[in-house]
Amino acid sequence: MLPLIGILVVVAGFGLRLNPLLVVTTAAVVTGLAAGHAILDVIAAFGKAFVESRSVAIVWLALPVIGLLERAGLKERARIVIARISVATTGRLLLAYLGVRQVTSALGLTSLGGHAQMVRPLIAPMAEAAAEHRLGELPDATRYRIRAHAAAADNVGVFFGEDIFIAIGSILLIRGFLDQNGIHVEPTALAVWAVPPAICALVIHGARLLMLDRSLTRTATPVATEHSMAALPQDDLVS
Amino acid sequence: MITLEFVYALMGVMLAGIAIVNLRDSTSAKRYVNAAFWGLYSVTFLAGSHLPNLLNGLIVIAMVLVTTIGKLGGAPAEQSTRAEREASAAAWGNRLFVPALTIPAVTLLGTLTLKYIVIRGTPLVDPKQVTLISLGLATVVALIVGVVMLRPAASGPIVEARRLMDAVGWAAVLPQTLAALGAMFALAGVGPIIAGIVQRWIPLDTPIAAVTAYTLGMALFTVIMGNAFAAFPVMTAGIGLPLVVNHFGGNVTVAAAVGMLSGFCGTLMTPMAANFNIVPVALLEIPDEYAVIRAQIPTALLMLVANTAIMYLFVFHK
Repeated sequence: MLPLIGILVVVAGFGLRLNPLLVVTTAAVVTGLAAGHAILDVIAAFGKAFVESRSVAIVWLALPVIGLLERAGLKERARIVIARISVATTGRLLLAYLGVRQVTSALGLTSLGGHAQMVRPLIAPMAEAAAEHRLGELPDATRYRIRAHAAAADNVGVFFGEDIFIAIGSILLIRGFLDQNGIHVEPTALAVWAVPPAICALVIHGARLLMLDRSLTRTATPVATEHSMAALPQDDLVS
Repeated sequence: MITLEFVYALMGVMLAGIAIVNLRDSTSAKRYVNAAFWGLYSVTFLAGSHLPNLLNGLIVIAMVLVTTIGKLGGAPAEQSTRAEREASAAAWGNRLFVPALTIPAVTLLGTLTLKYIVIRGTPLVDPKQVTLISLGLATVVALIVGVVMLRPAASGPIVEARRLMDAVGWAAVLPQTLAALGAMFALAGVGPIIAGIVQRWIPLDTPIAAVTAYTLGMALFTVIMGNAFAAFPVMTAGIGLPLVVNHFGGNVTVAAAVGMLSGFCGTLMTPMAANFNIVPVALLEIPDEYAVIRAQIPTALLMLVANTAIMYLFVFHK
């Protein structure tokens, strides 16, 4: 039972809103010590696992080009484009992104979306602009809510799309685990059973996104008649 | 052969550059703290594969101490005004999307083609890591396209990278730290202990109870671990295989596939899945660190119900 103390450290640390990096590192060290390992072995095991999982950080390589483009007005351009599409609403835009993210993930292309490459430079500004165009200047709280939904659409799309692809990590893990237990399953059979949950996710999250539009309309301040887009210089699409 | 090491070297160089930009920024009160943090992180990419595990562990602990004692400084003030960016957006038009969309386009192209390129019997890229290497290469191609098009100052890309990286701050490192915590949990045998508790204390004498315990257990244990991959072996060995499959005669394929997806519902609800739930909060500059989780909880709970229903309806179907 003693190793479970690490879980307590995590729950207490997050509850007290301490720095998560400190909480997680402390929990790791405490867990290792509670399991009876020497402190130096614990630190070494921690360092080894940290270095072995460096691949999750590769997306940060997109930051130099994304930063340059933002400086050159990428977000502002994304807003102009979305403002021109009259049927675009925040919910519909995010629903479209959700669907595309599910389909591309199902084809194994999970790296096409993502928070650094797609959500920050394109999807979130577009989702904000769609609401701005419809409802006028947005209060900060509404902006943050829309951004959070942009990130959520990316997550839900990839989670309930990727398992339809037979060579994705989770399918390989399932097969590997069952093989160890002497059970052989076909990856295609596993992938087929990821389809019903994927459809449920599209329906459930899609419905929530369309409801988000109505909720945004309700919370919009009725006095906000000023069009934020009116301040933008007009230009040609082909400029 | 291009391996992940090459991509890690790029990361190391970028982080070293970010550390140097911070160090030279005399307007920043936190220049030394930020430079130390990104400098240490840079070392784990440039030399991590060759350093002893203990030294890597000490570097990570040093980074944690720098964050908690020194407190990282946030993003520097915008150097461009909104009016400037709007004028630039008007001048460039939709061409601005080209470098941004180069990243997914080249990633896709690389993923589909690079594994077939073999030079004198050696594959050009490590076949096991094609997607990640393609992503790394795609960011380089996109940067080249962006620099050729926009012609920024030589320091432009790294100065802009520093602005975004400082906005993300310590959250950038959290996913790796959590992966390391997962490894410690595995080392300490946390999983089997949890499975034992569930089996001993929760009555699982009907098929519906077994299915629900399996899907809920996957979600809950994923909330704790931050990762459905860590929860899957534990819950499947503890509940899925012995009860749902062996005792009640369920179909193992349905149980495993839907069981894993029940874990994903947990991933949507936990700060422990930092790269999905905490990193975007920092990246999108949202003040409430649980904003993304809040947006996801209703979907996650409904999907958990849906997965439980799907498993119950089909797992016992002959």
